[in-house]
Amino acid sequence: MTTTTVKDKTEHFTPEVRAEIDRWIAKYPAEWKQSAVMGALMIVQDENGGWLTNQLMDQVAAYLDMPSIAVYEVATFYSMYELKPVGKHKICVCTNVSCMTNKSDVIVEHLEKKLGIGFGQVTEDGRFSLKEVECLGACGGAPMMQIGKQYYENLTPEIVDAILEGLE
Amino acid sequence: MANEVCLRTLDLERPWLLEQYQSRGGYEMLKKILTEKMAPEAIVEEVKKSGLRGRGGAGFPTGLKWSFISRNAPGQKYVVCNSDEGEPGTFKDRDILRYNPHQLIEGMIIAGYAIGATRGYNYIRGEFWEPYERFEQALEDARSAGYLGENLLGSGFDFELHAHLGAGAYICGEETALLESIEGKKGQPRYKPPFPAHFGLYGRPTIINNTESLASIPMIMEKGGEWFADIGVKNSGGSKLFSISGNINNPGVFEIPMGTPFSELLAMAGGMKEGHKIKAVIPGGSSAPIIPGEQMMELNMDYDSIAGAGSMLGSGAVIVLDESNCMVKILERMSYFYHEESCGQCTPCREGTGWLYRVVHRIETGQGRQEDLDLLDDVASKISGKTICALGDAAAMPVQGMLRHYRDEFQYHIDHKRCMIGVG
Ligand SMILES: Cc1cc2nc3c(=O)[nH]c(=O)nc-3n(C[C@H](O)[C@H](O)[C@H](O)COP(=O)(O)O)c2cc1C
Ligand code: SF4
Repeated sequence: MTTTTVKDKTEHFTPEVRAEIDRWIAKYPAEWKQSAVMGALMIVQDENGGWLTNQLMDQVAAYLDMPSIAVYEVATFYSMYELKPVGKHKICVCTNVSCMTNKSDVIVEHLEKKLGIGFGQVTEDGRFSLKEVECLGACGGAPMMQIGKQYYENLTPEIVDAILEGLE
Repeated sequence: MANEVCLRTLDLERPWLLEQYQSRGGYEMLKKILTEKMAPEAIVEEVKKSGLRGRGGAGFPTGLKWSFISRNAPGQKYVVCNSDEGEPGTFKDRDILRYNPHQLIEGMIIAGYAIGATRGYNYIRGEFWEPYERFEQALEDARSAGYLGENLLGSGFDFELHAHLGAGAYICGEETALLESIEGKKGQPRYKPPFPAHFGLYGRPTIINNTESLASIPMIMEKGGEWFADIGVKNSGGSKLFSISGNINNPGVFEIPMGTPFSELLAMAGGMKEGHKIKAVIPGGSSAPIIPGEQMMELNMDYDSIAGAGSMLGSGAVIVLDESNCMVKILERMSYFYHEESCGQCTPCREGTGWLYRVVHRIETGQGRQEDLDLLDDVASKISGKTICALGDAAAMPVQGMLRHYRDEFQYHIDHKRCMIGVG
């Protein structure tokens, strides 16, 4: 394993992204910069339209003085990191028990028909992608979905239509 | 009585604001502890007296857990809060983070004082972006008010607290996986022992508690352990947040005394939808064995009552199912979940959860074989107790519960290659 130690960290990322990553680094003990890897990956993923490239992961590794492989391990373990392009709006629909018994299948079918894609796919214009997710801890509002950082609860097909129309 | 502990600000407008929390006496207890230089041992004793048991699911006595830390050992110690909230059906910690974040902060500072820790982390699941931002704002406000940082209120005690954000992995709710995750690694559980009290975050002594457990601390200290214990019943001190969902009219989070009859909780939640009949209840998160509705209507919401029916109170996540639900389908979905979320370290869990899912799936899709029910029993029993962490048991228990109560429904699926629900 090799750790690429880069002397001049300013060759990575924009100043804004670096400032955001540095805010994460500051939360942890000085010798545990690696703790900032999850935050850093999320920041660069958001900057890159919602997904991570190998190059971005290598840059995060260099910035945090970690072996690249350690960053890949993290990026592949957690479900919110995307290793392939996603839509501008990533629609995550919960289908676990409380949502399922409140007809999440109707919501899924509606979205699939409306967007013409299934789980794991992106619309041709790149605007939307669909993802099946496990319980998001909002069962009181079942059926529910998450788009970007926002939760949407108590869904019906009509409400879904209105939400999608409201997106840029 | 309801909403008297963790949700005590809920009736106020914008209840998450510092001034609202303070208007209900918030941070007064911390001030008292710091200015009177209360003995840390006295705090641990008070928490023991309260009968508070861990609200994350395992129900381990909180005071006892804290007493395992040798507070005078040199070097850094940590307080870690578990806001990963991933057990299907559970959605209560989200409300604490959204509506009363300062009480959690105060609880964590008091916990730090009690065990001699000067740093804390709150691990919030990655999807909880809105609660995370609210919590971050609360941290900033608490820092400005002098409740976080160095030499708090001139006492000589330092405490710094940060939030860590997950990125989607149920297993990170397991306490040692959570610690690995904060360290910037894959969330794979550690072998225990050593326990976190001796070897925790960054290898240092650590206590890790659920959001609700820690948010209960300020009120326990303010009103006394006995007051808290008396709210509940024997072996189940205090009130508890129940997240109730499913086929009911008014799902939500209710903070009510331990020992409240389930029938009362169901009534608070608006009863069954559209006049449907109750069929079954999963009383403590999806890993808790299912209980038939009729039996559940006679039980109370406390550890002993639910355990007496062969299940567990767990995280207090109550999923209510009406007669239109097919139990094979419910179990299929749950088995899929545990298989998806297994971290893959132990063979019985990695292979066993996949096997359970595949067998339930083939029964559900009309391909079941006569020997499948015995096979499910057998696989489940070979996972239980044979893994590094309790995810293995969590996957096995619902299978065992379903076969105990709804074996005939599974048998019908195998015999008729279809569901008995909706068949006259
Ligand atoms: C697979 C698995 C998932 C868990 N998920 C959570 C969780 O989301 N939140 C939580 O507080 N505890 C969870 N726990 C329990 C924790 O390991 C731990 O017992 C708890 O955080 C301790 O806090 P408490 O004593 O205050 O309950 C989980 C355990 C396992 C085995
Ligand atoms: S029981 Fe399952 S989730 Fe837990 S450590 Fe083993 S493989 Fe991982």
